Amino acid sequence: MSNTNPKTLFEKIWEKHIVDEKEGQPTLLYVDLHMIHEVTSPQAFEGLRLSNRKVRRPDLTIAVADHAIPTWKGRDPISDPIAKQQVETLSENCKEFGVTLYDMYHKNQGIVHVIGPDLGLTQPGKIIVCGDSHTSTHGAFGAFAMGIGTSEVEHVLATQTLRQFKPKTMNININGNLPNGVTAKDLILGIIKNIGISGAVGHAIEYTGEAITNLSMEGRMTVCNMSIEAGGRAGMIAPDDKTINYLKNKPFAPKGDDFRIATDEWLNLKTDQNAQYDTQINIDGNEFEPFVTWGTNPGMVAPITGKIPDPKNSQDEDEKSSIIKALEYMGLKANTNIQDIEIDKVFIGSCTNSRIEDLEAAAEVVKNKKVNSSVSAMVVPGSTLVKKIAEDKGLDKIFIEAGFEWREAGCSMCLGMNPDILSPKERCASTSNRNFEGRQGKDGRTHLVSPQMAAAAAIAGHFVDTREI
Amino acid sequence: MKPINRHKGKVAPLDMVNVDTDQIIPKQFLKRIERTGYGQFLFYDWRFNEDGSINTSFILKKEKYKNSSILVTGDNFGSGSSREHAPWALGDYGFQIIIAPSFADIFYNNCFQNGLLPIVLDKEIVKKIINKTTNENEFNLNIDLESQMIWDDTEEISINFDIEEFRKYCLLNGLDDIGLTLNEENKIKLFENKRSKTGGVISI
Ligand code: SF4
Repeated sequence: MSNTNPKTLFEKIWEKHIVDEKEGQPTLLYVDLHMIHEVTSPQAFEGLRLSNRKVRRPDLTIAVADHAIPTWKGRDPISDPIAKQQVETLSENCKEFGVTLYDMYHKNQGIVHVIGPDLGLTQPGKIIVCGDSHTSTHGAFGAFAMGIGTSEVEHVLATQTLRQFKPKTMNININGNLPNGVTAKDLILGIIKNIGISGAVGHAIEYTGEAITNLSMEGRMTVCNMSIEAGGRAGMIAPDDKTINYLKNKPFAPKGDDFRIATDEWLNLKTDQNAQYDTQINIDGNEFEPFVTWGTNPGMVAPITGKIPDPKNSQDEDEKSSIIKALEYMGLKANTNIQDIEIDKVFIGSCTNSRIEDLEAAAEVVKNKKVNSSVSAMVVPGSTLVKKIAEDKGLDKIFIEAGFEWREAGCSMCLGMNPDILSPKERCASTSNRNFEGRQGKDGRTHLVSPQMAAAAAIAGHFVDTREI
Repeated sequence: MKPINRHKGKVAPLDMVNVDTDQIIPKQFLKRIERTGYGQFLFYDWRFNEDGSINTSFILKKEKYKNSSILVTGDNFGSGSSREHAPWALGDYGFQIIIAPSFADIFYNNCFQNGLLPIVLDKEIVKKIINKTTNENEFNLNIDLESQMIWDDTEEISINFDIEEFRKYCLLNGLDDIGLTLNEENKIKLFENKRSKTGGVISI
């Protein structure tokens, strides 16, 4: 069938959401789902109060406490007065403005980007926003999902719309399949290694290719989650049968006839043949290996079989000095084998890798083994629901017997805003998404890896090639 | 947001270039949950000594600049982090107009979202204003946004300033982005009607 005006997935979603367009001004887009959390919403609500405005669509708004809350058993008490105030303020604001809140004791609670898909709130074709940069996660369902600032949160609360200049489109196509033992996390780390941390600035990325479609929905979420670490405004993957099957029977997914109607619509969203992207990137699937970050941004990536780079070998002065600075902060020497790096902590969690498949994959590695005596390790399920499913499958026992701590759901050690933090100079194998200076605690040292790699490092006390165990 | 049109006020000088948002409002004050009440922290590290006592030598502490509503300063004001706390703090302290030869991009934008009017004037004129307010007992400026005029009481200074039409319209009418969008209420309603026909199941 020939199509006279072929469009990309992104363009189809964009066009369906235009409320108003004026020359020289950003486009006014309708927002289908607005998720909020305790850290970036208080000033937005205060802004509403100051100008006597309401939340326009409380029914399209969901709030959850995830960033600042403790994850230890029972959760009480929140010892940090600022965190306590943020959590309490969220509750008060939700009550005053009629917004549904999943507080830290609610069965639907979890990291905002885990519960959206968990509950079926995240659906293809939607525009989804949240005052959080990793909102790109939801793009795995073929939604246009992006992080916004606090003034924009207020704007969406008051108007259910967002003013946006149209981003450019980028296609990242992975040719062929991934080698055995290479995970979705390795795929996205490899992509960032390849295109750089500002490689996708100003673009909405669509991932395509066999390596992508072969991923489970959870793997796709891991990939889209870190789109922002390559500078992308959003990351997305066209909906297919896997997407439909994942959503079927989820609490907030449409039911019965509505689901059938929606399915037809969703499957039509995929990019038309011959549609053009502004930027095209092709990467060979064979290039990927299990990866480990060695530096202080997510583009500083080395294969598990590789070595820490030597600044002497770099031609570019800026690059040279950034390697030197990163190695100093990380307490590492050039040319060290990645596998010789010893670690103190292991964190399996965060919106990148805390879903049930991630936990299953990690449990598989640690089963009947013991965490190395020099390592302390924790598993933090992404949501209370994931935690329950994991417990029903007996994963908690596997982890606890191996010597891991088994926690309540939340952002936990992904960022230093709650009690789970690294001490200065502690080295952590982490399944999260950012290894910036101080991200997991002042002077803490973060290495980003997949759940399998983190689990294997916990057992060995240093990084190991998961393909060899 | 309160509309701005005509404004008359006392002028306080901050004769420095590259004043960044970290200096306007240091990061230890960003953890609060409010967007009001930041005035007390404006230029905190300059206004207060390390032991918390008031630094009386800081220019804004001078009696004659008390209750000024116009700040005149150097190039590239508001650079650094994009924190919106900077215009919140300036506004809450009592400034409504900021005059400089140039502003940092994001800060300039953020001013309009928060009812502040940043005015770009020639370096020479800025210098003249700084001199006048430093040397005279009390120096006031008058601003008329509609006609884009700024003048002092003796009309020794009397000039036009530039502002984008669209931004002027927003300030004159007291519209921040939200106010502006709410002007399109009918279009939003129309969109929502269309959307609800599909039960909101599909995004149209
Ligand atoms: S898990 Fe980390 S990256 Fe994800 S939402 Fe929480 S803090 Fe942000």
